[in-house]
Amino acid sequence: MLNLLWLVPFIPLAGFLILAASEGRLSRAWVPWIGAGSVGLSAALTAALAFELLALAPEARVFRQTLWHWMAAGDFGVDFAFYLDALSLNMLLVVTGIGFLIHVYSAGYMADDPGIARFFAYMNLFVFAMLILVLADNLPLLYLGWEGVGLCSYLLIGFWYEKPENGYAARKAFVVTRVGDTAMALGLFLLFTQLGTLDIQEAMARANAQWPAGSGLAMATALLLLGGAVGKSAQLPLQVWLPDAMAGPTPISALIHAATMVTAGVYLIARTHALYTLAPEVQILVAFIGAITLLMSGFSALTQTDIKRVLAYSTISQIGYMFLALGVGAWSAAIFHLTTHAFFKALLFLGAGAVILSLHHEQDIFKMGGLRRSLPLVFWTFLIGLAALVALPFTSGYYSKHEILLGAYGAGGAGPWLWAAGTAGAVLTGLYSTRLLLIAFFGPERTPAHPHYGSNIGVPLAILAVLSLAGGLAKLPLFPALPEAGPEGLVPSGAEGEAGGSVGLLTTAAPFLGIAIGYLVYRTGTASAEAMLKLPGREALRRLWFSGWGMDWLYDRLFVFPFVALARLNKADAVDGLYLGIVALTRLGHRLLAPTQTGQLRRYAAGMLFGAALILAVGVWA
Amino acid sequence: MILLWLILVPLIGGLLALPAGRWRDDAPRALALAALAVDTALILTLFAGTGEAPDPAWLAQADWAWIPRFGIRLHLALDGLSLLLIALTVFLGFAAVLCSWTEIRERRGFFHFNLLWTLAGVIGVFLALDLFLFFFFWEVMLIPMYLLIGIWGHENRAYAAMKFFIFTQVSGLFMLIAIIALVFLHYQTTRTLSFDYFELLKADLYPGAARWIMLGFFIAFTVKLPAVPFHTWLPDAHTQAPTGGSVILAGVLLKTGAYGLLRFVVPLFPGAAQDFAPIAMALGAVSILYAAKLAFAQTDLKRLIAYTSVSHMGFVLLGVFAGNAAALQGAVMTMLAHGISAAALFMVAGALQERLHTRDMDRMGGLWTRAPRIGAITLFFSVAALGMPGLGNFVGEFLVLLGSFRADAAITAFAALGLILAPVYALYVMQRAFHGPASPREVRDFGLREMGVMLSLIAATAWMGLHPQSMLAHTEATVNGLAQTLAQRGP
Repeated sequence: MLNLLWLVPFIPLAGFLILAASEGRLSRAWVPWIGAGSVGLSAALTAALAFELLALAPEARVFRQTLWHWMAAGDFGVDFAFYLDALSLNMLLVVTGIGFLIHVYSAGYMADDPGIARFFAYMNLFVFAMLILVLADNLPLLYLGWEGVGLCSYLLIGFWYEKPENGYAARKAFVVTRVGDTAMALGLFLLFTQLGTLDIQEAMARANAQWPAGSGLAMATALLLLGGAVGKSAQLPLQVWLPDAMAGPTPISALIHAATMVTAGVYLIARTHALYTLAPEVQILVAFIGAITLLMSGFSALTQTDIKRVLAYSTISQIGYMFLALGVGAWSAAIFHLTTHAFFKALLFLGAGAVILSLHHEQDIFKMGGLRRSLPLVFWTFLIGLAALVALPFTSGYYSKHEILLGAYGAGGAGPWLWAAGTAGAVLTGLYSTRLLLIAFFGPERTPAHPHYGSNIGVPLAILAVLSLAGGLAKLPLFPALPEAGPEGLVPSGAEGEAGGSVGLLTTAAPFLGIAIGYLVYRTGTASAEAMLKLPGREALRRLWFSGWGMDWLYDRLFVFPFVALARLNKADAVDGLYLGIVALTRLGHRLLAPTQTGQLRRYAAGMLFGAALILAVGVWA
Repeated sequence: MILLWLILVPLIGGLLALPAGRWRDDAPRALALAALAVDTALILTLFAGTGEAPDPAWLAQADWAWIPRFGIRLHLALDGLSLLLIALTVFLGFAAVLCSWTEIRERRGFFHFNLLWTLAGVIGVFLALDLFLFFFFWEVMLIPMYLLIGIWGHENRAYAAMKFFIFTQVSGLFMLIAIIALVFLHYQTTRTLSFDYFELLKADLYPGAARWIMLGFFIAFTVKLPAVPFHTWLPDAHTQAPTGGSVILAGVLLKTGAYGLLRFVVPLFPGAAQDFAPIAMALGAVSILYAAKLAFAQTDLKRLIAYTSVSHMGFVLLGVFAGNAAALQGAVMTMLAHGISAAALFMVAGALQERLHTRDMDRMGGLWTRAPRIGAITLFFSVAALGMPGLGNFVGEFLVLLGSFRADAAITAFAALGLILAPVYALYVMQRAFHGPASPREVRDFGLREMGVMLSLIAATAWMGLHPQSMLAHTEATVNGLAQTLAQRGP
């Protein structure tokens, strides 16, 4: 049975090939069956594989499958090979499971779009690439999946290509993540140059054997790979592409820009955790990147008016929690939060999609309102999603976020600070979630809603709602793919016990504080938004947050404008001037010497005589 | 003998096509296709025989006296590298004939004559192991290409053809001087006058002499490659050349420069090449970035693609002079993969020009709606060109950077910035030509013939990306030999 592993990615690939080859001539009724069906088959197969793998003893939960010899040159060689352990299985389940639900949803969401075949083709290609990413046995193959998902992200953000701004957002996403990917590629080169292999497990083993803890090489490699991770996972300083990526159809935002692709960076760091354990400084940097990102994007989420952009900033913020977890060595907590986040964030995006569809593509929350009554199913599922997002007790998000925050507190060193940041982030999460809920779903109806969805939209919402509630119970045991707790020194044993009492209580209470503030501001008006907005400097602050802390502005001036200016300036290629100069010189010589060709014999004779005399003179006296 | 026929078949095909054009309008291209088919059959027999060669490096050799007085011989030899490059040449030869189907309507006989003679010259270059013979073929491929640009080119063809000719000719002169100097110095020490490659490999040169002679070859080959600062003929030549000419130019002709570096510069002057390596690698890195930046600035689609060629050939230069097996294999893969992807992109540009009568991207936009096949194919090859893993170009660039990182981490890191610039220009092409509001003009989409060519190019690109080992295995012996030569004779 495990030998069928290769089919998991290749069935969606087949779906892509069929849809691409059909050139849109396939009947519209058939397209979703192929598109969603292929992912459904993959999901079913993954479930079967999961049962088989989990039936084994924990130490034996590893399966390797080599398909063919990919490339070799000199002492370098990699196979097209898959590696399945508890960690990749967890990712596999998320990608195929959530992926399938979103494909089903898309069948309803995209039903009237003329490009539906192209849409499903790209979606299937994405699932293929994502599965390669999580299954790869070596880093070049992981990089194949990594770039592949980036490509699909580009294709799907720019899916409605007739609008130039969508194309801009798509290119921005690709290029910004490519910056990270280039760092990651350099990390691969460094790893290979030093360790002589790019097989992940082998490289990690050799790193442990050859590099002492804190070695410069381990740090450099970990930093370079982190570059790739922050690009793909939209963390500081490369987070700028994700809010714009919302230009794509909403199911894409759910699948790629919330549930799966953007968590690839988390997966990468978890996959290479041995490296980060060897480079504690870089590991703690990961935690700080996470902490700062989660706070910054939490503030940004507070000010957005577009429902999808609120969710986008919320995604960046939640991935910040995962980075925080990775940074304090709470490896399995990070993956756990990745999983629960996939449930509830997919749910929220799909709910937002249903809202947008029912309001004829209205995305401004201030033009919504009162949807609680007109879209009850969406309201209730959205509510559950938000509850999980803010980590209300007994929802899935509660378990995972709680684990992260307690892990951070117990990490020693900067741990309490990181915990404080995470807890403050939880307050913010509660606040912006409440704001979103109260503005969009409560209050007066500002735009009449026409419920515009069938069972293929409703059923995925319901299933995801159940998962968001109960998903916290389904934590996959990740040991020994990931260490049980953090390494020695980072999480002193018993820290969680000490932290217990008051810290645990504060952590649990934080979201309620946010909700309470939100309720007071946006519902009862006790502390009205207007009153707060009268504080000095508040407009500048709001704009700063709204623009994502002005990072686009900064990057435009630092990189984009100079590059474009330079390109414009030198469009004609200055180097060619050199050759044009030679041409001009030759022409000049021609113009100077041509008049001497007069046709008068005596001038020629005189010239010859003079020349001969000159040469003789040089011969005699020189 | 089979090696000689590889060259003779297109030569004869060309000679026959010349009068055939007067007889029937479509006879020349039928003859051209037939000649290429015969060559394909010859190549396939060579591929079939790869396992049986007595020498692992050299699969076949042929050696006749030509001008015995000067030690000039008709020495042809084939190794895995030349085999793959000849296969690429013939493959793209088909593409060039098929994409000129409707574009070339005048003097078809002479057109196909020139096309086939260029191909014959290229095949000769890939086979010749006598330096004089090599120079001879180097010139043979030049003149018909000059005519292709000068006669069937676009509005500014005379200028472009002349520029192409002068650049190549001047650089060819450098090479000729270098060849003669090498032979002469060899004669001085051994008293045997020989232009033979294997004989000259043994030449024992002063480091000073070796450096200057190496530079002569280097300039000739980097003009052809081309690398910054010798690249400025290429955008003009490409922009003005007919589609078939661009396909051959980008797909194969540039590769003769890279081939020359691999076949002559490194083995003949390993010490000098290694001393020179930092400069050459830096030139490669500068080419990658500078040309990528220029590509982004262009509005003329063909000019843009031409600059991307310069950028990608920078990887080849980088890989050749990094000198280890991974980098060299990467250089070879880049040559093959770029040959196909650049040819395909030029075919798209040619097809668009034929339909829209412009190459200016400011006057395009929204073509996807009208011609989704052209859009999807351009997308595929743009994505290949920006180095998407799973496609051939990635394998080449990845191996080059992997190998050169070991040789010089700083230059490699600098060159890797090209990975960021590649999507900037490649995706911008998609935006300006294909995306945006639907074009008001009706544009005829690709038909069966064009799709056939394109799908085979797509298949080749995907094959090279997913199973590059099938190519790398052929060049392994040659490349490992080169890497060893460098490792032994290095400083």
